[in-house]
Amino acid sequence: MTPRGEVRMVPDAAPVSYHGRPILKQPVWRREVPLYLFASGLSGASAALSLGARVRGNQVLARRSLRVALAAISASPPLLIADLGRPERFHHMLRVFKPTSPMSVGTWLLAASGVTTGAAVGCEVLGILPRTGRSGAVVAGVLGPALATYTGVLLADTAVPVWHEARSDLPLAFAAGAAMSAGAVASAVTPMRRSRPARRLAAGAAVAELLAMRRMRTRLGDLARPYANGDTAELTLAAEVLTATGAALMALSRHRSTATVAAATLLGGALCQRFAVFSAGFDSARDPQATIAMQRRRSA
Amino acid sequence: MSAIESRAPSRVGFFTDTTLCIGCKACEVACKEWNELPATDMEFTATSYDNTAALGATTWRHVAFIEQRRDPTTAGADGTHGMRWLMSSDVCKHCSNAACLDVCPTGALFRTEFGTVVVQQDICNGCGYCVSACPFGVIDRRLDTGTAAKCTMCYDRLRADAQPACATACPTRSIQFGPLDELRRHAAERVEQLHGRGVSEARLYGADEDDGIGGAGAFFLLLDEPEVYGLPPDPAATTRDLGAMWKAAALAAGALVAGVAAAFAGGRR
Repeated sequence: MTPRGEVRMVPDAAPVSYHGRPILKQPVWRREVPLYLFASGLSGASAALSLGARVRGNQVLARRSLRVALAAISASPPLLIADLGRPERFHHMLRVFKPTSPMSVGTWLLAASGVTTGAAVGCEVLGILPRTGRSGAVVAGVLGPALATYTGVLLADTAVPVWHEARSDLPLAFAAGAAMSAGAVASAVTPMRRSRPARRLAAGAAVAELLAMRRMRTRLGDLARPYANGDTAELTLAAEVLTATGAALMALSRHRSTATVAAATLLGGALCQRFAVFSAGFDSARDPQATIAMQRRRSA
Repeated sequence: MSAIESRAPSRVGFFTDTTLCIGCKACEVACKEWNELPATDMEFTATSYDNTAALGATTWRHVAFIEQRRDPTTAGADGTHGMRWLMSSDVCKHCSNAACLDVCPTGALFRTEFGTVVVQQDICNGCGYCVSACPFGVIDRRLDTGTAAKCTMCYDRLRADAQPACATACPTRSIQFGPLDELRRHAAERVEQLHGRGVSEARLYGADEDDGIGGAGAFFLLLDEPEVYGLPPDPAATTRDLGAMWKAAALAAGALVAGVAAAFAGGRR
């Protein structure tokens, strides 16, 4: 407030930027990318769940989870290739291995997971080379957790404030979302007698995912603003409601029909979570004040 | 020093002295002509005399234009009479630690023998990772070719011992091209000279090798805070945090394994 009779000589401290223009470029990625984040998570966690079931002698759950892993990983390369500016050059990803590029690391991880998961399911279906099939399943199960979490690094290793400043939290949030998806699909495709670990994983990971996302937004502080505005806020709310509802339904389910409904609800939640994180990056990159605030915070 | 190193040309760069810029945009035009970049849609921004707006996939030099009203109590001392125009020709910074180059999964982005950062157009498959990695918002994907594109510091001209087109076209020597160490020395002298004349706000941007990008190959002399010109105040190549990020991923992967193990804990399976 200006005291009466005085003319204010200094204007309000307006946020400084170049004509309000963004400092960063908008990501050029399209919706195939959040779909891939979902699919790779589902595949990686399903392979891990399958390995766990195999170790505990639950062969039904082990076999079905591995097929889920194969289905999800088969969808991944088409999604990634469709998102390229020059899809016919997708194989240029395979001319180098660059540890400094999470996308390069991820490409090789995806290739290794795809080959081993495919070999494991293929050997089992065809009834050939049982030892190759078993080792394929083991390798896929070991690579699975890496496949389900590297995508957090993929997004965090960018200049986008809401992604980079969440670098400690994104991998855990994606791991929880992946475990919840894998548990959900496995409970829908496995008889109740055999699906108890999958149901427990789905419900437990759903709670972990809600907590991880909350913690991420708290730690982001002001930079988390995209999660409270526009489409991103709607996606965030949808993700929370679906995940919480699905977790409760899954924990209470006595019949496979209930478990299937719970699974579908949880999958919806997992998808919305990935789309919310993806969409938040666009809002964040568009806001010059987010870029400036992140850097002022760093140098402070 | 090996035989190869001793024959290698020294690292070159741009020193853009914005105090000399008159906003003529000859650099923008010369760049488009030499590099055969298509014209961008003509649009009036209605914010200033700058209708180019930003660097982009087919705009590799961009002249920023800022009109400032100044504090009347200090105005006049530097001949600005309560108002001043700032003009600055922006360009790719050719970072010493270039995030775009680090994250490129195909090896299309590489560092040349001149110390510059260039995209090989026949290798790039348009994954777009560099676009989100660049802390300056410089590189972008071209709609017509589907590949990432940005300033090459006229790599073809450098190889023919010629200067980049923009530096050649600049009528005021606001854009200076040369060996980077010479440019840095000259820039430090220029700042001292300006400070001596009472222009205390003169400062270098991108000349410090200890900053988040290890110093820029294209650096600037500015008359205000970087964000006024649309530049990030403290840019960093985010790949410097890669170790911490992989650690977070490893912890998350461990948590996933523990979660699966916990799901199987207890008697029933």
